[in-house]
Amino acid sequence: MRAQIKLPVKQDSAPAGAESPSSNGTGAAADKPLSLVPAAFKIKFQTKNNAFADGTFRTLVILCALSVMVIVGLIAFELVRQSHLSMAKFGFKFLSTSIWDPVAENFGALPAIYGTLVSSLLALVLAVPLSLGTALFITEICPRRLRGILSLLVELLAAIPSVIYGLWGIFFLAPLLRTEGQPFLARYFGWTGLFEGPKYGIGMLAAGIILAIMILPIITSISREVMLAVPRQQREAALALGATRWEVLRIAVLRNARAGIFGAIILGLGRAIGETMAVTMVIGNRPEIARSLFAPGYTLASMIANEFSEATSDMHLSALVEVGLVLFAITLIVNAIAQFMIWSITRGMPARNIA
Amino acid sequence: MDPGIRVQELNAWFGGTQALHDIGLEIPSRQVTAIIGPSGCGKSTFVRCLNRMHETLPNATVKGKVTISGLDIYGKGVSPVTVRRRIGMVFQKPNPFPTMSIYDNVAAGLKLNGFSNRRQLDEVVQRSLEGAALWDEVKDIMKKKSGASLSGGQQQRLCIARALAIEPEIMLMDEPASALDPISTSKIEDLIFQLKQQFTIVIVTHNMQQAARVADLTGFFLMGKLIELDKTEKMFTNPSDKRTEDYITGRFG
Repeated sequence: MRAQIKLPVKQDSAPAGAESPSSNGTGAAADKPLSLVPAAFKIKFQTKNNAFADGTFRTLVILCALSVMVIVGLIAFELVRQSHLSMAKFGFKFLSTSIWDPVAENFGALPAIYGTLVSSLLALVLAVPLSLGTALFITEICPRRLRGILSLLVELLAAIPSVIYGLWGIFFLAPLLRTEGQPFLARYFGWTGLFEGPKYGIGMLAAGIILAIMILPIITSISREVMLAVPRQQREAALALGATRWEVLRIAVLRNARAGIFGAIILGLGRAIGETMAVTMVIGNRPEIARSLFAPGYTLASMIANEFSEATSDMHLSALVEVGLVLFAITLIVNAIAQFMIWSITRGMPARNIA
Repeated sequence: MDPGIRVQELNAWFGGTQALHDIGLEIPSRQVTAIIGPSGCGKSTFVRCLNRMHETLPNATVKGKVTISGLDIYGKGVSPVTVRRRIGMVFQKPNPFPTMSIYDNVAAGLKLNGFSNRRQLDEVVQRSLEGAALWDEVKDIMKKKSGASLSGGQQQRLCIARALAIEPEIMLMDEPASALDPISTSKIEDLIFQLKQQFTIVIVTHNMQQAARVADLTGFFLMGKLIELDKTEKMFTNPSDKRTEDYITGRFG
């Protein structure tokens, strides 16, 4: 059979017969019975159209990628511009003082920074063991049939709107904490100083618990995926060495999945830091730093949500925008640290093991 | 002579499919026994039954008797974990732990057993790596580099070293060289030759030349049944069963 390859002549884009009347037109017809593929679908050496399509696609994806950076840049720029008034007046004292007095126009965001960090860390402390346990159960222990149902239920938690968590926190969690949880904690762990003072129900502890429930699905489902991605051969290697079930999990599954699990935890932390609605509803909204987790607190996000509609003076507005800027910066720093830590764990490992 | 492994009426299933039918054989100690046969004939399943790895697969079941130094490993109250600790296994695809250094890979089995004396651990790691003919290549990098940073052939020798470190009585090798190039393969074969001084070795291979080169005894499996087991020389020159002859001369499989 004769080869059907056409040389890179411009003939296809030009009207037939205009430039090269006899080169390939008749030859293709003579070959027809031997070939089942219509001539239009044969591969041709042609560069011009491809170059145009490639170029367009390239430009398009570059624009898409750039737009991300532009959006981030615009947000940062606007935050800095709008908070200029407050920055000029308070400087770095904005980050280190704890007086938040809209009436006297005296603003220090330390209590909100503290509240954001404490509530998020509290959420991590509660959610990480629970999520990893759930993920391990789903991937390693539970019967295959239950796996899908359980995963679905966990992901359903992520689909609940945050205001609903807030309502649940106010009407169910806070009363329960007030009557059962807090008296218990105060009696047995009061000596730590973390669980003392008046038992309102709402406060830092309630916010931490709500946040923990909210970040549980993301940590669980990502760690589950990472654990499932650990190859069977790794488990067999551990089994053949005489590892027990727990040892297999430790040296084959958790070790190989640790970078991904760490990533999952950081994503959860990111969500906890930025979560607004549910926290605003249960944290108590008082700009004070208290050692006890029973005390009401404030977070950066809930401060903005709570006061933005009431802020009338320019200085108050400007201070709230600066709070937003601080939140933005904390999120960036947390993610940068996370990227660095993932990099340092996976360094020296082949790419396929980076989950 | 005391048989290294005695297998009696061994049957294995994957769900409803029977993979092994009434296998009975004796594997002599300190010799190399090769298992050959066409794909899907149950040779891998067979060696995986010798250290109770088969049952770790979902829906996999085993029935029968496998006696190793007087102990039926499927007997009542025998823990599969302790069985596996006394038997080393090397898999088809090299599977070092990628998150551990070369040193930690070799030490992994001993650490599982709670062995933590630093100085002795160093000695065992060195001896195992020497035993696997890998020491010279990795001695300077073994604490820094990950097990996955080695080449395929080196990784497989690392896996052998990891199995040697727990000083097993028996070494099972499931097509240990089939993912390797010819040079690495011949290194592994030399190694098998040396290792049989101390260990009972069972090697599954789909490469008949390899069986002829390394094995003292060869067993031929077909469709989940043991057709025959005899001296390698006899198997390859004058087998008793027509089917073995057909397979060896390349008439099928």
